[in-house]
Amino acid sequence: MKLEFEEERPIFIQIAEGIEDAILSQAFPEESQIPSITEFSVTYQINPATALKGINLLVEEGIVYKKRGVGMFVSKGAVQVLREKRKEQFYDRYIRTMVDEAKRLQLSPQDIVNLIERGFEG
Amino acid sequence: MSGIEIKQVSKRFGDVTALDHVNICFQKNKIYGLLGRNGAGKSTLLNVITNRIFADEGEVLVDGEPSVENDRVLRKIYLMSEQSYYPPGMKVKEAFQWSAEFYPDFDKGYAEKTASLFQLPTKKKIHDLSTGYQSIFKICIAMAVNTPYVLFDEPVLGLDANHRQLFYKLLIEKYSDSPSTIVISTHLIEEVANVIEQIIIIKNGRIIRDETTEELLSKGYTVSGNAALVDRYTAGRKLLGEDTLGGLKSAYLLGSVKKEEVPAGLEVSKLDLQKLFIQMTND
Repeated sequence: MKLEFEEERPIFIQIAEGIEDAILSQAFPEESQIPSITEFSVTYQINPATALKGINLLVEEGIVYKKRGVGMFVSKGAVQVLREKRKEQFYDRYIRTMVDEAKRLQLSPQDIVNLIERGFEG
Repeated sequence: MSGIEIKQVSKRFGDVTALDHVNICFQKNKIYGLLGRNGAGKSTLLNVITNRIFADEGEVLVDGEPSVENDRVLRKIYLMSEQSYYPPGMKVKEAFQWSAEFYPDFDKGYAEKTASLFQLPTKKKIHDLSTGYQSIFKICIAMAVNTPYVLFDEPVLGLDANHRQLFYKLLIEKYSDSPSTIVISTHLIEEVANVIEQIIIIKNGRIIRDETTEELLSKGYTVSGNAALVDRYTAGRKLLGEDTLGGLKSAYLLGSVKKEEVPAGLEVSKLDLQKLFIQMTND
């Protein structure tokens, strides 16, 4: 997980996304235990209530589950669920901002396609 | 009711109104940030809560009981203040011993452990410590008293970046292990922004904001770009302030932003807590 926050979005959402990234990259594999609320809050120097709020987002979505008295674990199938979710967000998060910038630079759709192909080749 | 309730508290020093009908409630087991410019009334408020100075009007209730001249109630609160009340010649380790006698739940072992993490020389006299180590000494005590309410007045005064980070880390660890009500009065805003759950902003003795950090942060935004376009956008909106650079302008606004209402060519970004604070407390 990254140790830097950006200012644009609430911290609890960034905590949730950081954990999602860690699950997608297998740093937190399915069925493995993730760090505790205290570990997250101490490491990131954030209020424990904020860390809890972020993790609860993932619990509500079934990506992480709590075992009473033990800790929190990555759900089985979480990677697939996250991939689907991220694909849906892909347009809003990447394509729209890219097209906005492309318009400012007067790049045509074909120019962008060429650039994307170059990106995949590299 | 549990917590510290400050009801209609006013305090004047001569012609200066330091606190003007202040109403706040510090709820159990939350971390508060008390933010204000120099002379805004932060220390006066903390001193009134701990009965070091008396309010002209209003009252402070701690867990439902008035705090004035009430030792039993006052022992529930620890104030780490800028002033030092220790006798000259007292050594750090003697002060730890003394605290253990005064505060029944004082954890001397924890204070000593904290002192060694900060490399505080405990055999030295308190008055011989540097500004930074005076703060660290007071932090060590405040973190070990284990009172239900701990008030920090400028806790990181004179601390270097490494020690400030260590302080926030220990504070969160301690709070996670055994939650208490913590109030941090500071003007190093960016550093505490993520640590505090609720923000109280005081300006000229009045409370101008009392809300969760998240709510407050969601309220401010910056619109920047071509000055004429920015002006057209800000007309009729709640403007906090603006900066100009040639034909460029950045406007600081309050409210929630609807991206579709922002004309193309203007950039929208969030206001961080420090900028928001500066804009709100400018005269």
